[in-house]
This record gives sequence, structure tokens and C-alpha cells, in this order.
Amino acid sequence: MRVSEEEVRRVAELARLAFSEAELRQLAGEFNRILEAFAKLNEVDTTGVPPTAHVLKVKNRFRADQVRPSLPRAEALGNANAVKDGSFVAPLIME
Amino acid sequence: MELCDLTLHEIKDLFAQKEVLPSLVMASVVKRIEEVEEKLGAYLALDLEAAMAAARAADERIKAGRALGPLDGIPVAIKDNLCQAGRESTCASRILQGFVPPYTATAVQKLLEQGALVPGRTNMDEFAMGSSTENSAFKPAKNPWDPERVPGGSSGGSAAAVAAGEAIAALGSDTGGSIRQPAAFCGVTGLKPTYGLVSRYGLVAFASSFDQIGPLAKDAEDCALMLAAIAGYDPLDSTSVRNGQVDYPKELEREVAGRTIGLPREYFGEGLDPEVRRLIMAAVAHLEELGVRVVELSLKLTEYALPVYYLISSAEASSNLARYDGIRYGRAAAGREDLAAYYTRTRAEGFGPEVKRRIMLGTYALSAGYYEAYYQKAQQVRTLICREFEEAFRVVDAIVTPTSPTLPFRLGERLADPLAMYLSDVCTVPVNIAGLPAVSVPCGFAQGLPVGMQIIGRPFAEATILNLAHQYQKVTVHHRARPYGRRRGEQNEV
Repeated sequence: MRVSEEEVRRVAELARLAFSEAELRQLAGEFNRILEAFAKLNEVDTTGVPPTAHVLKVKNRFRADQVRPSLPRAEALGNANAVKDGSFVAPLIME
Repeated sequence: MELCDLTLHEIKDLFAQKEVLPSLVMASVVKRIEEVEEKLGAYLALDLEAAMAAARAADERIKAGRALGPLDGIPVAIKDNLCQAGRESTCASRILQGFVPPYTATAVQKLLEQGALVPGRTNMDEFAMGSSTENSAFKPAKNPWDPERVPGGSSGGSAAAVAAGEAIAALGSDTGGSIRQPAAFCGVTGLKPTYGLVSRYGLVAFASSFDQIGPLAKDAEDCALMLAAIAGYDPLDSTSVRNGQVDYPKELEREVAGRTIGLPREYFGEGLDPEVRRLIMAAVAHLEELGVRVVELSLKLTEYALPVYYLISSAEASSNLARYDGIRYGRAAAGREDLAAYYTRTRAEGFGPEVKRRIMLGTYALSAGYYEAYYQKAQQVRTLICREFEEAFRVVDAIVTPTSPTLPFRLGERLADPLAMYLSDVCTVPVNIAGLPAVSVPCGFAQGLPVGMQIIGRPFAEATILNLAHQYQKVTVHHRARPYGRRRGEQNEV
């Protein structure tokens, strides 16, 4: 399966990344080499094998729903690039 | 030999006898940093004044015989992906430049509460993605045994700092070998604990189902002391487990006669440097002399571990790194007129090439039409790899392999070829896939460069593998070799 530059461009959009044309060409080449090597996985018969997302046998863990002190607002906002009225400021989404 | 070249347990014993105080050890570490850091680039940020002040406070406790524990007054370096309140924590990425976390990672907090001193934050591959520390956005770290070679990665700064005496021990993180491979390259002992044994709270996430925090130190005993300090359930990490209280340092002294280790033939095949093989086999012979039974075994799925690891870890990374959007923290692009363009510019400017490559690969593997073929397939093969290890551990108590199939490579040697770089991790990634514990132990030198032996254990059998490592180190000297601070006329065992 060959990955085209067009497809790499589409993936970049999904990932919110941008590349120059030269970078796209290089990435497409690397993608194809990497995926070709990884196609090896198709040799393994996985019929009926459940996927493993996580190696631990733990299920959901619940804790008591208690009110506890949390990070002060000023500290939580301390690393933001723009802050207004005690909130994060994001670029405008709609007028 | 300077104080900074001693092991943690040797220093702890000197403290107990009140022969040495923490500020003297810290001064020795500072001196070594002044001598070698410019050449090695092991640290991204130094915090020597605060560490010195903490050392003087520790002096008073040691003098009064009121040490907080074995780590009191010990300089421990912290990998830059572990959050430390009030200290810039960048993961060696431009996108986190200026990020000062408001909280501290549990593992770091535990060390601080036990009196450890933090000389600084260590260099790494950006977001822990890499095997050479060349992917650091700020500077590459160098191998103290040969500064023209890489220290391994991604915890290359931690490994180099410990080997060079710029710290007594360090914390690293291991997603696919990032503690063990640099430990092997720098001639130190590095432990990747079982998934869930150490809380990941405050560790910047790369691949959440693989990431685990662990120690890099000068020997297995030091690793046991460090592990005892950081292991345990944490309500802030729902994947951390209650493991019961294991006395890791005490377990080191058990007899190893009668234990069985397995040598998986797939790890000794094509691509293995003959000198590495020779040193591993010599180490195995040492274990045999201690009464350990050695059997050959086969882990047939080993060749599939690399694609499984890179597909799943990249998929998880693409999701984890979606949070870097320039809004809540981190470095942001200029101009905020359009949201999507703002995100894209921030990320395109902030991430380095390898991080972008992995985000792209992960996004592709998770995207509609490819999810089943790549991500799900990898997760299914993951199940089979886990089962294969389970089967093997019915027959053996531990599995012994090389940590890296090659000697430390030269800076730049693998940078142009991502696949060649990924191959650096071929012996270490299977362990993360199955969530197992493993330790890398120095087992000799080839061409003046250190070689590491990997000992893999059953889940939560850290005591067993550290026991084997410690008993091996009791009859060998490779872990005592130091790149600096040798006595006149003293030779490293080669």
C-alpha cells in the first residue's frame, strides 16, 4: 500500500501540523518505508485474538465523590498565553 | 575516586557513620558538573544553589542522627519530562519552553520528601521520542565514555549524568527502552519497573500504556533503594497498583542458586554485534557459576515487537500530544485570528521532526480506513506477545538478553534514517509491550565502550531481577568502572 503525498497532507491536517512541499515529499517516502517494514504484522494470524489496550487486569477505579481543595485559579492560568476575567482566551471560533 | 563517583549506598553508609556530610557530596557533584557538563550536555537546567541549600539542611539531620531515609542528602537528577513545581519542565521541546508546572510528579515528590537533593533536570529526546538524545530541541547529550558517541536515549541525560558523577542517581522514564538502553550505553544500571508499580502522575505522557518511571544508578543495590523510595499505589494515577510492601534492598541478598534463566534465541541472531554477544555470554557464564540454571528458549514473535511498539506508541502519542495547542500552556505562535491556523502554526513551530513524524504515523494508524489494518492489528499481536512471555515464565524465572544489539553509535550516524534509529530498541520494546520489569546491568567493555545485559522478570518480580543483578555485580567489577575520577594508575576493567 503506497501512501501518496496527498494522503500525507490530509493526515497533517488531521494532526494540525503543517509541512513544506519538500517536507511532505520526504515524509511520504519515510512513511512508505516504515509502513512497508511494519506490513510484516500481516504474517501473524490474529483471527479471534482480542486486542490488548492495557496490560493490567484492573477495571475502572472509583473514588469517593468528595469536595477537596484544587489548584487555585491563578496558578491554573499561570502558563496561559492569554487570560481574561479568570479564563483562558482562545482565538475566535465564530462571530 | 571522588565522592561523586561513589554509589548511593556507599554514601548512605558514610552518612550513617558521620564520616561525610551531604554538603560535601553535593560540592563534589558541583565540581564534577563544572568540569564536564559543558562537554556532555547531560542537563537542560541546573539548580545548584537550591540543591546546596537543601544539602545544608540535610547536614543537620545527618549530624543529629535523624536522616529521613536512605536517600536523605543524596543528589538525584530528574529527567525533564517529570513535572517539578516551580521549575521549568520542557521535555526538551520548544513547545513547552517556559512551562512551569504548578505541581510535582509523585515520584519526584517522594524523593524530595525523603530528603533527596535535585541538582537539575536532565536532557532527553524531545517528549522521550528517540534512542540517542539527539532529538533534544536544545542540544544533544554526549556519552561520557566517548563524547563523539551518543549516550542512548531517551533518558540519555540521566544516564550520562550518573555515569559521569554529575549526580549520584537519577530518575528516567522508559516507554520502549528509554531507561535501559542509555543505561547500557553509559555503563550504569537502569531499571524499568512493571507497568503500574510507580505512579505516572506528573510524568508528561508519551504512550500511556507503555510509559513507566524508574531509576538509573550505579548498581543494582542503588536501583533497589531508589525503587523502594518511588514505588507504590497513588490515588492520583488510576493505573498504579497496590503491590504489597516488598523490601527490595533486603531481597538482594537471596541465594540465586537454583534459579532458571532463559536465553531467547531470537535476541541472539542477526544484527547482534559479535562483541556484545561475547560479553553477554560471559555474563551468563558468571551467573551459571553462581548456580543459576540456563536454558535456551524461543520467543517467536520477537520480530513483530518493533512494528507493534511503533504503531501503538505513535497512536497513543498522537492522541496525548493533541493537548499542545498554545492555549493553556506552552509556547504559542503569533497571531490569533483563526483557531485552526493558530493550532497548526503553534504545533508546526513547536514540535521537532521526530515528534512530528510520530504524530503523523499515529494519526495515520488511527484514521478511518487504516485503524483495523494498523492499530487494531498491532493491539492483537500485542496480546500474542504478552501470552508468549507468560508461557516462557512458566519455565524460567528471568529472561536474559542484550540490552542493545550494538555498541553506542556515533552522533549523527542514525539521524537520517528513522528505521535504523528504531532498530536501536529491538531488544527493549517487547518488555514494554508486555508491561514487564527489566534491568540493564553493565557486563563489560568492547572498544572501550560499555555493554549492558538485560534481565527481564515476571510482572512485579523486580526483587527477582534485582537479586540476580546484585549477585552478578558481587562477583564482577564492570559496574565499578567510571569514565572520570579514576585514581592514578587505576585501570578500568576492559
